[in-house]
Amino acid sequence: MSAVKLLSMALAALAALAALAGCGSARVETKSDKGEQQNVLKMGAGAEPQDLDPHVATGVTEHRILMALFEGLVSQDLTTLKPVPGMAESWTVSDDQTVYTFKIRPEAKWSNGDPLTAHDFVYSFQRILSPKFGAEYADMLYYLRNGREYHDGKITDFSQVGAKAIDDRTLEISLVNPTPYFLSMQIHNAWFPIHRATIEKFGAQEKRATPWTRAGNLVSNGPYRLETWEPNKVIRVVKNEHYWGVDTLHLNAIEFYPIDSELTEEHSFRSGELHLTSGAPISKIEVYKKEHPELIHINPYFGSYFYRFNVTKKPFDDARVRRAFALAIDRGSIVKNVTKGGQEPAGSLVPPNATPPGEGVYTSPVTLGMNVEEARKLLAEAGYPNGQGLPHIEILINTLESHKQVAEAIQNMWKVNLNADVTIANQDWKVYLSSLTKLDYQIARSSWIGDYHDPFTFLDCFATDRGNNRTGYSSVAYDNLLEKSRSTKDPQERLKLLEQAEGILITDAPIMPIYFYTRIYLQAPELKGLPPNPIGIVDFKTLFFER
Amino acid sequence: MAKFIIGRVLETIPVLLIIVTMTFFLVRLAPGGPFDAERNVTEETRRQLNEQYNLNAPLWRQYTDYLGHLIHGDLGPSFKNSSRTVNEVIGAGFPVSLELGLYALCVALTIGLAAGISAALRPNTVRDYAPMTFAMAGICIPNFVLGPLLVLVFALWLEWLPVSGWDRPSEKILPAITLGATYAAYIARLSRGGMLEILSQDFIRTARAKGLSEARVVLRHALRGGLQPVVSFLGPAAAGLLSGSFVVETIFQIPGLGRYFVQGAFNRDYTLIMGTVLFYATLILIFNMAVDVAQACLDPRQRRA
Repeated sequence: MSAVKLLSMALAALAALAALAGCGSARVETKSDKGEQQNVLKMGAGAEPQDLDPHVATGVTEHRILMALFEGLVSQDLTTLKPVPGMAESWTVSDDQTVYTFKIRPEAKWSNGDPLTAHDFVYSFQRILSPKFGAEYADMLYYLRNGREYHDGKITDFSQVGAKAIDDRTLEISLVNPTPYFLSMQIHNAWFPIHRATIEKFGAQEKRATPWTRAGNLVSNGPYRLETWEPNKVIRVVKNEHYWGVDTLHLNAIEFYPIDSELTEEHSFRSGELHLTSGAPISKIEVYKKEHPELIHINPYFGSYFYRFNVTKKPFDDARVRRAFALAIDRGSIVKNVTKGGQEPAGSLVPPNATPPGEGVYTSPVTLGMNVEEARKLLAEAGYPNGQGLPHIEILINTLESHKQVAEAIQNMWKVNLNADVTIANQDWKVYLSSLTKLDYQIARSSWIGDYHDPFTFLDCFATDRGNNRTGYSSVAYDNLLEKSRSTKDPQERLKLLEQAEGILITDAPIMPIYFYTRIYLQAPELKGLPPNPIGIVDFKTLFFER
Repeated sequence: MAKFIIGRVLETIPVLLIIVTMTFFLVRLAPGGPFDAERNVTEETRRQLNEQYNLNAPLWRQYTDYLGHLIHGDLGPSFKNSSRTVNEVIGAGFPVSLELGLYALCVALTIGLAAGISAALRPNTVRDYAPMTFAMAGICIPNFVLGPLLVLVFALWLEWLPVSGWDRPSEKILPAITLGATYAAYIARLSRGGMLEILSQDFIRTARAKGLSEARVVLRHALRGGLQPVVSFLGPAAAGLLSGSFVVETIFQIPGLGRYFVQGAFNRDYTLIMGTVLFYATLILIFNMAVDVAQACLDPRQRRA
């Protein structure tokens, strides 16, 4: 009789499901309608954050949430891109621009009400630089005097590192070199303070992966504090009543939904469950631009999409061949017909507006366009007239439809313009990264998003033996210019040196720039106070609803 | 019967050990490591990270250490979800996948059996062809197509159901149907085939000749044998359904274990891969065992096999 039982159970289940369907059939208020009434922002967060520990987190997704939970010494006004007071109410800079003295706000507090002092910052910097901790972004603090030496274990006494608490309210930071972007770097989570008592309650200063970041445990100092964290479901933060600027906050709470499928995120936005998305599916961009231009936002973003050449292998060990390939693609056609997201064709590595306004002007000295004649000439000079004698060439991409489409366009351009025999190979993300690091490729798709608002974040990648070089490229002249720029005090003079360096890089062409990124997202019209900015940051302190 | 069950349980132990060993070494053979990222970490940081996660030790040492922890039920910390242990990830994700899987199983059985049995009772008529055409379509349409299609119709056009989530009961309907549909199609085809075979046998003719009602013939005599193929299919199917589906969980934003399983592999999150593989392996072994036992109950000849 078991089969009959099974059948009747199944029928009962069907009836139950039908009943459930009935529950959902009446259209109720959407989540975002409710959110708006209660001043609760519902936003797509991209993927599930790996951690909410500011010294462990590495991604854009994590950074966005951490901006709600934590605050560094200095914040940034997203309209002017100028540093504005954060945990420090004021600061002074020494004449040689290597010593910053910050005055911490007297009212600065942690979300549990504990006072926040200069000592907290010193403790935090020591933690991320600790040789045992293994922070991926520890090198962000190499700007501190002896920061690198402490991290590499060459010195063990942290008092020799350039971060000193003179008293509870005074923090003195000494840098290795004058660093004009030092203040703008403070919005990176690597510089955020952490609460000593909490860290030590759940582990130790040098211990990673402790449960201190869970809801109920996490103590933070930003405008919001963590209320719930349900992995792969929702992260909810609510107003931190101990935050110094709590009276100016408009939103009562923010809910981050970690939706990793852009399609699902767009569906949720369309059905009114989200006010703000982290991205938008490429296939929907045109539709939104045509039918709902008020909902889609396309802003320039501080990132470059480019191809790497492996300069250690034939034929790309010859700069003429690399240049020929770089000159033989039509970037305008790629952004217009393939990526279609308002991207700018890139003739250089550093994106436009590479410095905050008023911090000097940076102009990329060389801009690559399409010049097929020149490309063919260079190729012939290198011994491959009309592409004859060129070995078979493979473009390596990580598996993603959009990379494949760009690669196919370029494959065709090289075939037509240079008579090159090109194929495309795709690899799973980690395999691809490993191939890149081992220089086991000929040409590889790549990208770089600036870590801070300065051209140096891009140019530093291609200095000799940098971990992010991944091309085998090495130029003494290039390295010297970068090194010289580090110790140059005059901001414009410094940028000039960087411009020269980029000139060398583009001429030597270990990389071939393709386009500059845009940040594309959907935003409900009632949500206001989000100025477009190249660093792609959402400042939760200025967001509000207007009904 | 008890001896049969004990025998089957004992057989699973070496199987699990082989799975642990193979997975352990295979994931380490795969190119790329857990700490590779677009922004390359410094050599010093990589060394520190390997130290924190015991990856600097010789491989055999890492293996024995892992087994040592495993015996105590400790699957280690997740590399990627760094504030959580693998035990916690499974503990949080599995109940959700289980719930989704149960709903999907109900959908699959209800639709599948109803379609299959009714088709078998009227073979080669419209009542056979219609559901079987649907079943064929169900097998052919992958769930990454069906899911967004259902969302489009029921959530965005008709606005009857929510797009995604896993809180309200209404949020659970579309995922259950999406996940269950393919299985329903298989069950329909299997139950039709099974029933057709049984219905043509002598003992059914005898039952009919004795004047039993058609319902009694089908429900009491035919079903038991006719469902044999469905039962053998249900073991692996149930394991597959209950262990979660990466695709459905991603489309509907469900915090189940299926997503971690796939993301773990992509991220080279060694401990998470090991933990989820081991967990699923155990689950599948248990289900297969349950099927063997169920079949032994349905058909005494199998007990001796």
